[in-house]
Amino acid sequence: MKDKKGASSKTKFDIKKITQLQGYSSFTSALMAIVLGLIFGFLVMLFANPGSALAGFRFVVLGGLSRIGDVFYFATPILMTGLAVGFAFKMGLFNIGASGQYTMGLFFALFVAFTWELPPGIHWMAAILAGMLGGMIWGFIPGFFKAFLNVNEVITSIMFNYIGMYLVDMWVQTNAEMYVSSTTRTRYVPMNAQIPSLGIAGSNVNFGIVIGIIVAVILYIVLQKTTFGYELKATGFNKFASEYAGMKGKKNIILAMVISGGLAGLGGAFLILAPSGIAGSSMTYEPINIIAANGFNGIAVSLLGNSHPLGIIFSAVFISHIQRGGTLASLVGYKPEIIDVVIAVIIYFSAFAMIMKSSVTTFIKSKLGKEKDKEKNNLAKEAE
Amino acid sequence: MDNYIIEMLNITKEFPGIIANDDITLKLKKGEIHALLGENGAGKSTLMSVLFGLYQAEKGTIKMEGKEVKINNPNDANALGIGMVHQHFKLVEVFSVLENIILGVEPNKMGFLQENDARDKVVFLSEKYGLKVNPDALIEDISVGMQQRVEILKMLYRDNDILIFDEPTAVLTPQEIKELLKIMKDLANEGKSILFITHKLNEIMEVSDRCTVLRKGKYIGTVEVKDTTKEELSRMMVGRDITFSVDKEEAKPTDVVLSINNMTVASKIHKNNAVRGISFDVKAGEIVCLAGIDGNGQTEFVHALTGLEKMVSGSISLCGKDISNASIRQRSVGGMSHIPEDRHKHGLVLDYSLEENLVLQRYWQKEFQNRGFIKFDEVRNYAEDLIEKFDIRSGQGPETIVRSMSGGNQQKAIIAREIDKEHELLVAVQPTRGLDVGAIEYIHKQLVERRDAGKAVLLISLELDEVMNVSDRILVIYEGEIVGELNPKDTNVQELGLYMSGAKRNTSKEIKNEG
Repeated sequence: MKDKKGASSKTKFDIKKITQLQGYSSFTSALMAIVLGLIFGFLVMLFANPGSALAGFRFVVLGGLSRIGDVFYFATPILMTGLAVGFAFKMGLFNIGASGQYTMGLFFALFVAFTWELPPGIHWMAAILAGMLGGMIWGFIPGFFKAFLNVNEVITSIMFNYIGMYLVDMWVQTNAEMYVSSTTRTRYVPMNAQIPSLGIAGSNVNFGIVIGIIVAVILYIVLQKTTFGYELKATGFNKFASEYAGMKGKKNIILAMVISGGLAGLGGAFLILAPSGIAGSSMTYEPINIIAANGFNGIAVSLLGNSHPLGIIFSAVFISHIQRGGTLASLVGYKPEIIDVVIAVIIYFSAFAMIMKSSVTTFIKSKLGKEKDKEKNNLAKEAE
Repeated sequence: MDNYIIEMLNITKEFPGIIANDDITLKLKKGEIHALLGENGAGKSTLMSVLFGLYQAEKGTIKMEGKEVKINNPNDANALGIGMVHQHFKLVEVFSVLENIILGVEPNKMGFLQENDARDKVVFLSEKYGLKVNPDALIEDISVGMQQRVEILKMLYRDNDILIFDEPTAVLTPQEIKELLKIMKDLANEGKSILFITHKLNEIMEVSDRCTVLRKGKYIGTVEVKDTTKEELSRMMVGRDITFSVDKEEAKPTDVVLSINNMTVASKIHKNNAVRGISFDVKAGEIVCLAGIDGNGQTEFVHALTGLEKMVSGSISLCGKDISNASIRQRSVGGMSHIPEDRHKHGLVLDYSLEENLVLQRYWQKEFQNRGFIKFDEVRNYAEDLIEKFDIRSGQGPETIVRSMSGGNQQKAIIAREIDKEHELLVAVQPTRGLDVGAIEYIHKQLVERRDAGKAVLLISLELDEVMNVSDRILVIYEGEIVGELNPKDTNVQELGLYMSGAKRNTSKEIKNEG
C-alpha cells in the first residue's frame, strides 16, 4: 500500500511549500553538483600542470566573464539542442539524434541563405525557419519509426546522426554557391541572411539567443498550460494510462520528435547564420565528417537543467561559460585536450544534479520535518 | 503471564495531516496467527512498517520477549528474526528462484558462491513446509502464487521466526489462497509467529487465533477469533453494520446498449486465440457479470472491447453504432466508461495530481480547455466537486500526488471519473480488487445505482461472492468461450464453480434459448 516513495511524497506541510521546496532543492542540487564538478576539474588541472593550476582554474571559472558576448553566442546552439533533448525527454523519449537534426538545420539554413533571393529583414528569418524545418524532418523520421514500427528512437536517431552528417557534408561540398574548395569551408553568409547582431563588441552574439530564450519560455507554457503538454507529460509518466485515456500516442510521439528536431535545427541555424565580430564576415562550416558536438552537449545541458525549459536556459549559459573560460586556460600553457577533459569532468559531475536532487530533498525534508515534529510535540505538551 | 514474542506498546506515528497510528498496542504470542484487520488507510501497513523498521514511531516502544528493542531499519528487523512478505513482491525478475532467496545472504567461500549449500537448504525448507517451487525457474516465468512462495522461503531461509504477511491473498486465485492459508497454519504449528494483515474476514475466521482491529489509525480492540463472528469483526472495523448482501430491486432491462457478436481476440502469450467467438448483449438497466477464473480470456476481452487491443474478428456495437474499429477516444465519447483492471498501469498517472487524474478522460472537452489551454480553475472546481461527492480522501486535496494515496481512494478516484463522465455503458473490471469491505460495499452500491439510473453495467469479476450478489445475469467464461448463462437467483456458488472450472457447460444453443 504505502511504499517508500509514496510515504516521502506524502510528507510535509501544504502543497505550496512543497513546490517551493522542490524548485529550491533542484536549484541547490544543481549548484552543489557544479561545485563538486569544479573541485574535480581543479584536481585534474593540478595533476596535469601543478604550477599554473591556480591561474588556469581562474580562467576556467571567471574567464567567461570577460567574453560575455561569446558566452551567449556559444550558449545559443546548446540551449536549442538542450531544449530539444529535454522536450523529448518529458515524453519519455531519448532524442540522442539532436546532432543530426542540428546539422540538418544548419544545412537548410545555409541553403536558403545562399540560394534564395529575398528582401533584407526577411531573408534571415526565412533561413532560420528553413533550419527549423530541416531539423523537423530529421526528427520526424525516428519519431515515425518509433510510432509505427516500434523501433527504439535511440538507435534510429544515432544512425540518423551519421546519415545527416554525411549527407550535409556531401551536399555542402557539391554546392559551388556555398562552398569554397580552396579553403574547404563555406563562404561567408550573405549579409541579408545573417541574424542581426546584438552589438557586443568582439563577439558573434546575435538575436538568436533572444529567440532561443523566447522559445524556451513558450515551451514552458506549452508543457505547463496546454492540453498538448498535459498529454505529453502523461505519456512520459505512464504511456499505458495515456493510451487508456484515448490519447493518440503515435501522433504525440511523432509530434514530440518533430518539435524536438525543430528545436535542434534552430540551434544549427542560429550557429551558422551568426555575424562575426569583423564586419562583413560570418561563421563558416567546414565539412570534415565529424558529428556536431553541440548535439551531445545538449544532453548534458538538459540533464543539468533537469529537462525544465527555464532551467535549461541557465544550464546552457553555464556550460558555455565554462567552455569559453576553458579556451582561455591555454594562455597559461594548458593543452586544449586537458581543457576538454576538465570541461567534461565538470559537465559530468553536473549531470549528478539529478541524483543530488533526491538526496538533498530528503535531507532538507527530514531536517524540516524533525523541527516541525518538535514544534508539534511542544505544542501538544503545552496543551496538556 | 502470556508468552509474548513481540509487544508493540502505545505506538504513535504521524504523517503531516494524518495520525496514521494513534497509541496502538499489539501483542503477538509465540506460535499464533494474529490477524491485523482494518480498512484501507486504517494504519495497518504503517504499523507493520514500524515493526519492520521502515518507519520510526514518534512514541511507543517495541519489546521482544520482554526486552525493549530498537528497530531502525529492515536489517535490524532481520537480525531480530522479523521477516515480511510485502504486498508488492520484492523480487528480481530475471534472477532464478534460488538466487532471489539467497540474495543478500549468499553463502560463500572467499567470495565464491556456494550454491549447492543454499540449494539443499531451500529444497529442505520447501519440502518441510510444502512450499512447492522450482529453484531454477526465473521469477518472470512463474505464477504470482509461486512468487509469493519464494517470498515466504526467503523469510524461512533467513531463519525468521516472526513473519509478517501484508495482504498476501490480494493477488492470489481462490485455489492459491487455500494453499497459502494451509501453509500459514503449518508454519504456526512449527512455532513461527505470524502477523497477517488483511481485510478479508473469511480468511481471518479460517486461520487466525486472535485478531486486532484498527480503524482510522486508532486501536479498536483485540479479540479471540473463535469467540467472534464476521459481523462483529466488520462492525469493529468499519464502525457500523455492514450488509454483505447487496440491496437491490429487480432489474428492469430495456434497450440493448452493448452488443457483441462473435468476438475473437488473439492471445499475447500463446498462439491460440484468447477469446473465441463470444457473443452477448448487455441491456440498459441491468448488471451483467462476466465470471471466470483468472486467465480465461477476460483481460483480452476487455482490451478488445475498450479498444486497447484489436480483434481478430467479430463486431461490437454500442448504442446501435458499430464501434468495432473505433478508437479508444471514440468509444469513450460514444458512451463507454471503463474502470480498468490494473489501476496503476492503466487507470492512473500516478505522478500526476488527483485533479489532473480526475480529468484524464475529459481534459480535452470544451469545459476544461480553451484553444488548447487547460482551464485550471475549472479543473480545480470540478475536482473539488468530485472529491466531495465521492468522498475521496487524500492528504492535500486536489493537489495530492495520486501515488501517495491509499489504494481504496485511488480506486474511488477512478470510479468518480468514470461515473461522472457521460456514459451509457460502464465496464468495471475487478473494481473491488484489493479493497476492504467498506470500500467494496461503496463500489457495489455505485454499480447498482448506475443500473438504476438506466445505464448498462458489465462487471468482470473473479470473486464468487461479488458475482452472486451484484449481478442480474451471469455469463461464465472458460478458455475464451462463454460456457454458461445463469441467473444468480436460480444458481449457487457450487454450480457456478463447476461452470468456471469447465466441468459443466450448456451448449451455445441453450444459451440462445435462455437469452
